[in-house]
Amino acid sequence: MTVFMVRRLMQSVVVLLVMSVIVFLGVFAIGNPVDILISPDADQMERERAIKALGLDLPIWEQYFVFLANAARGDLGRSFVFNEPALRLIFERMPATLELAGTAVVMSLVIGIPLGLYAGLRPQAATSKGIMAGSIVGFSLPTFWQGLMLIMVFAVMLGWLPSTGRGQVATFLGIKSSLFTSDGLAHVILPAFNLALGNAALIIRLTRAGVRESLLQDYVKFARAKGLSNQRVVGVHVFKNILIPLVTVIGLEIGGLIAFAVVTESIFAWPGMGKLIIDSINQLDRPVMVAYLMMIVLLFIAINLVVDILYSAIDPRVRLQDVKG
Amino acid sequence: MTATLEVRDLRTHFFTRGGVVKAVDGVSFEIGKGQILGLVGESGSGKSITGFSILGLVDPPGRIVEGEILLKGESLVGLPEDRLRSVRGNRIAMIFQDPMMTLNPVLRIDTQMIEAVQAHHDVSRDDARARARDALGRVGIPSPEERLSAYPHQFSGGMRQRVAIAIALLNNPELISADEPTTALDVTIQGQILYEVQKLCRETGTSLIWITHDLSVVAGLADKVCVMYAGKLVESGSVDEVLDRPLHPYTKGLIGSVPSRNKRGRPLAQIPGMTPSLLNLPDGCPFADRCQRVQGDCRVALPPMVEYLPGRFARCIHPHLEAAA
Amino acid sequence: MTAPLVTLVPPPKIETPFRRLVSEFMESPLAVVGLVVLTIILLVAIFAPLISPQNPYDLAKLDILDSRLQPGSKSMDGMTFWLGTDGQGRDMLSGIFYGLRTSLAVGVFSGICAMMVGMAAGLAAAYFGGRVETLIMRLVDLQLSFPTILIALILLAVLGQGIGKIILALVIVQWAYYARTIRGTALVERRREYVEAAVCLGLSKPRIIFGHILPNCMPPMIVIGTVQVASAIALEATLSFLGIGLPITEPSLGLLIANGFEYLLSGKYWISFFPGIALLVTIVSINLVGDQLRDVLNPRLRK
Ligand SMILES: Nc1ncnc2c1ncn2[C@@H]1O[C@H](COP(=O)(O)OP(=O)(O)OP(=O)(O)O)[C@@H](O)[C@H]1O
Ligand code: SF4
Ligand SMILES: [Mg+2]
Repeated sequence: MTVFMVRRLMQSVVVLLVMSVIVFLGVFAIGNPVDILISPDADQMERERAIKALGLDLPIWEQYFVFLANAARGDLGRSFVFNEPALRLIFERMPATLELAGTAVVMSLVIGIPLGLYAGLRPQAATSKGIMAGSIVGFSLPTFWQGLMLIMVFAVMLGWLPSTGRGQVATFLGIKSSLFTSDGLAHVILPAFNLALGNAALIIRLTRAGVRESLLQDYVKFARAKGLSNQRVVGVHVFKNILIPLVTVIGLEIGGLIAFAVVTESIFAWPGMGKLIIDSINQLDRPVMVAYLMMIVLLFIAINLVVDILYSAIDPRVRLQDVKG
Repeated sequence: MTATLEVRDLRTHFFTRGGVVKAVDGVSFEIGKGQILGLVGESGSGKSITGFSILGLVDPPGRIVEGEILLKGESLVGLPEDRLRSVRGNRIAMIFQDPMMTLNPVLRIDTQMIEAVQAHHDVSRDDARARARDALGRVGIPSPEERLSAYPHQFSGGMRQRVAIAIALLNNPELISADEPTTALDVTIQGQILYEVQKLCRETGTSLIWITHDLSVVAGLADKVCVMYAGKLVESGSVDEVLDRPLHPYTKGLIGSVPSRNKRGRPLAQIPGMTPSLLNLPDGCPFADRCQRVQGDCRVALPPMVEYLPGRFARCIHPHLEAAA
Repeated sequence: MTAPLVTLVPPPKIETPFRRLVSEFMESPLAVVGLVVLTIILLVAIFAPLISPQNPYDLAKLDILDSRLQPGSKSMDGMTFWLGTDGQGRDMLSGIFYGLRTSLAVGVFSGICAMMVGMAAGLAAAYFGGRVETLIMRLVDLQLSFPTILIALILLAVLGQGIGKIILALVIVQWAYYARTIRGTALVERRREYVEAAVCLGLSKPRIIFGHILPNCMPPMIVIGTVQVASAIALEATLSFLGIGLPITEPSLGLLIANGFEYLLSGKYWISFFPGIALLVTIVSINLVGDQLRDVLNPRLRK
């Protein structure tokens, strides 16, 4: 286990370094770093001072190390637009995004697993065929258009739910979240559902495939031959086996949800990181872009790590072979 | 005295898109208390489906279309699912062919054993566990207490099959149906397991159906033997008599293809041709195309099972009666 | 030894592999519907200038008085706007026809380019092995561990806007899927007997790769290709919607939908609704066809 963890941590550091090189080259080297890092309003004197201060007169690899050293200290530059440290901006927005993505994950599981189980257990039923057709539409629906339609139906036509912004925030057990107020909950439903739908479609298909696959396995037949009830066969023997692919995909999808939150946040004016990055792209606020990128990479690495640990907790076969690649 | 199990004219058909597959089509036999019955036949002859039919475990599109299955005189065919469930693993237990596939890879051995006890007996977890430990001890697994908390992949193939046998023994069933339980194992372990199962059945008075394609296994183990061909029973009788004096040309062919010491140096006899497709079997004897004694009348109608000698049935109109040696 | 007495089954109707594929494809009515719809969409996109009631980008033809008309309204000069008009008085139906043209062109073209790049990379990995393979596959893994939208966002942020740039971004986003698939198949195929036979015959490595491995990689490529074109179209629409995709001079469906966003809250649904339906129908029909193709082309899944 420890060997496994150390290995994984080392891999993560490598990925982080590789990404930092890519980001560095992408944002610092391709564009003119002076334009990128120094406010366009600065005059000649300021520019030269800034060039010195930023070390832009140094050779490129030295610049990279300066960038790296700054990044390690948590300094990824200041936003031109907000005139605040970029990283702080990101951290301010992150909880809203995580809240949205987390709600969406839960929603997609609650929708996806029961429907997938049903479709897998009764593949011939008309309902199951309906579920499967629905899931194709579900992941074909472009998120942004689906969001607009949700707003149109539930906010404009029916007037049931608010369509923009995040609701009131309350603190509970030291966590600040809008999920603890009814206003907050009302606000999160539409955007979270929008984010969850595509994922739910994926989980339906995955669950169904897993159920169908494991129903054919001898161990399921053997479990039935032991006289177990159907609930136990499906709920324990089948379910525990489909949990393995599910955890993997959900892990990957959390990353995807955080990324796709960009779209949902823009439509529902949700004040998270995603909206921030779109605004920064439109306003060429590059330090914020860099900070967002590095944070996302970090987040992804963390998620992958958690998934791997969960994975070995569920699948006993993984535990013995600490090193798997 | 009623037999432990009596099967009368069992027919299990699969209703596939390509047509009706008559996987089991007229099988009858009887097993008394403590008796061992060998069910022999080539691959695809319907042995496993016969075994599954007894427990009502045939999956759609398959279904029992005709016949009686009587456990101590009680009919099992058409019993509601929950009544069947109380028979499975309790009064009739099953052991499958491949020990690598029958145990659920993600559940611990104790979980899989305890649930088998609790499915039929209202006992505490601890009591069930104690029973599981005893069963493991009985099948010769060293340090059963520790092995209980292991996962299947931590056992060798032979050990896993012992675990499966232990599970079958858990509720002291009246009948165990073992579907080629040793074919996936190597020869020495095969021998050990054969010996132990035989001993356990003798001790507990459990009846046993031993499904195999290997006549030599049956020779050393069983009291009675039933030979299946293309879904039909073609010969039955006591082991010694059938092996000494096969009536059906197919049985004779099977015996001829078993290597043995006194035939060393001579080429092994083979049964030419292949098993016919179970879809659209032609009229007449299904073995006709491969039979060396075939005559015109063989292809007219399916030969009936006839008691040619006392207790000796065969489905052939030109049996080996003259070869009385 | 006696010859086995095998009964001869009458030979089945002569079926070419292609005919078999076609008949198996036809087994799913849903997939057939998908294929028909997709064909219609393609025809509409190709012949958009001929069949559109109006040239939506000829500003001289537009009349601001016709703006935001309901579906079915008549224009000042008597033309019917079946799907209504947008904020500039453009006929939505014509806008959608032209938008489909752009969306499909971008999706298909970027898909083809990505397939070529991915195939080259995947085959190079399979061909050279060793360091090259490790390098390429690490890159693929790294890229695939990030969501497409994220990569596209960053690329466009760095590259700037424009039709060429968005195609480039889509290619970069997609190539890794093709590369991974082709290398996977090549590795499997490499172990097959016919390749071993080819090696024994002394065929050269390129001959084996291009003559034997490549043709056998085609079925999975086709399947990935359909899925990827659908997702490229969706991605392009998303980026255009966010305002960082195609420029206004080449409006795709995404941009049409974005234009309707501001009117949505006042209940003028049609400006966003109909282009979205066009987009949805396109993507669904591609996915339906792709789903069935995967089942038909994959012998393992065949029952
Ligand atoms: N789900 C199914 N659909 C259609 N036919 C089936 C199905 N399951 C089994 N069969 C048919 O039933 C026949 C008998 O199968 P069965 O598994 O009982 O054979 P077997 O004698 O146990 O052979 P083996 O020694 O290979 O285990 C086979 O020929 C097979 O074609
Ligand atoms: S009935 Fe005829 S064909 Fe069938 S086994 Fe007997 S002799 Fe052979
Ligand atoms: Mg079998």
